[in-house]
Amino acid sequence: MECQECHQRPATLHYTQVINGHKTEVQICEACAKEKGYLTYPEEGYSLHNLLTGLFNFESGNIGSAGTHLDKGKETQCSKCGLTFSEFKQIGKFGCGECYHTFSANLNPIFRRVHSGNTEHRGKIPKRKGGNLHLKKQLATYKQELQDLIINEEFERAAVIRDKIKELEANINRKEERDSGDTSTFHE
Amino acid sequence: MTLQHFMNEAISPWMREQGPDHDIVLSSRIRLARNFADMPFPIIADQKDLEQIRKFFQHEYEHTSFEEYKSFEFISIRDLTAIEKSVLVEKHLISPLLAKKEGAAAALISGNEQVSVMINEEDHIRIQIYFPGLQLTKALNKALQFDDWIEEKVNYAFDETRGFLTSCPTNVGTGMRASVMMHLPALAMTKQINRMMPAINQLGLVVRGIYGEGSEALGNIFQISNQITLGKAEEHIIEDLESVVQQLIEHERKARTRILEQSGIVLENRIFRSLGVLKYSRIIESKEAARCLSNVRLGIDLGIIKNISRNILNELMVLTQPGFLQHYAKKTLSASERDILRASLIRERLQFEE
Repeated sequence: MECQECHQRPATLHYTQVINGHKTEVQICEACAKEKGYLTYPEEGYSLHNLLTGLFNFESGNIGSAGTHLDKGKETQCSKCGLTFSEFKQIGKFGCGECYHTFSANLNPIFRRVHSGNTEHRGKIPKRKGGNLHLKKQLATYKQELQDLIINEEFERAAVIRDKIKELEANINRKEERDSGDTSTFHE
Repeated sequence: MTLQHFMNEAISPWMREQGPDHDIVLSSRIRLARNFADMPFPIIADQKDLEQIRKFFQHEYEHTSFEEYKSFEFISIRDLTAIEKSVLVEKHLISPLLAKKEGAAAALISGNEQVSVMINEEDHIRIQIYFPGLQLTKALNKALQFDDWIEEKVNYAFDETRGFLTSCPTNVGTGMRASVMMHLPALAMTKQINRMMPAINQLGLVVRGIYGEGSEALGNIFQISNQITLGKAEEHIIEDLESVVQQLIEHERKARTRILEQSGIVLENRIFRSLGVLKYSRIIESKEAARCLSNVRLGIDLGIIKNISRNILNELMVLTQPGFLQHYAKKTLSASERDILRASLIRERLQFEE
């Protein structure tokens, strides 16, 4: 059977339309169906979004039993942008950076599911905004390294790392003293 | 009008260079999602706030350059026609979501189209950078440097525990999506790709067709990207992606050799028939065009077809998309009118090669 629109391609889709009780059959190919709006394609990211909403709703079992989301008046709401937790679950998006703090208590299960069990950032720290977080992370790495070296009885290398740790700690203290006196560091 | 510069060519200048493993990997992309610290995200923000961000980018970055990425063009989406928007989407310079936005949505695109920054999409800032072939590490380094450059003037929404804060929880942490566009005709022909997909998904990576809907991959072009953005450093995410891509390359090469050995004449027949269809069709649908282009490209990679440039696949895949066809015709076209113009453009392009 050929497509009733283009009369070229075979009709691969068959629709029965009922408009005001009047029934019509439509035999159409995929290309024409798209063109004429018979086929609606989900928006990009739609399936992922649905999946997410599914994840969140699963969570709401626990939250619901705690009795929070039933009472809109008491529901967690972001002080900055006004988004409520149920709105967040519905749209699957945060309204602002502050939402991450506001809903913090409920986020770990969601992050764990979306990010294979992870809840904490281990990647890039922005230069300006990160402050001395760079140094703190470096310190943590050194301390881990020191532990490993001691366990492996590599004391000479351990001594080198120990000195680096001392230097870094002094650095961090100096920086913190300076920053506490000057709050304008993060502003333009 | 400078926008014209982005509209005229189907393939971006950077695509003309050959990257590593270019017989299989078309391009590598890094995308970083960033937001302003003290502004609500676009989904909820006032138009006024978003307009302020748009103006900030226009004022600070229009016609600036960052290292080899010269003369950034600033484009407000509201100034574009429907066809211009679809051309930018088809060239992957902006996302379909950005194209649909009214108001303060904008894009900052480098002259060579290698870097584009989307403004007020799902997040305030989305930086994307492309490299030809498999060059994830290089792309990441460049993207991170570019990110530092933007951070000089923008206070990012960043949290010690959660990392870069994004509107969607699937992007939080690094805010990074790394992806590799691959042409995998032999794995698709032998249906091996279907068996490999579940295994790849288990590694926190996603494989999807870049053209076409659902599970089909038009032109056998697949995109492999990371799903996880939280709890892993950028370099490690990329290492994992790269190792899977390397394996896919190896499997694809093996499959190509095997098909060639076991049924060389059948493959040769398929490749030359496809070339014939492209050379002589008067009407061609996008699906058939994609299938034939993929075969011809495979023929070029295997040395069966000579004297046609490899870029034919990337170029014609984009050139024969609805937006580009209509841009070329300078009017809106119905599906059947597009099939006619598509056939004629492909014929013209192939004659040009001879």
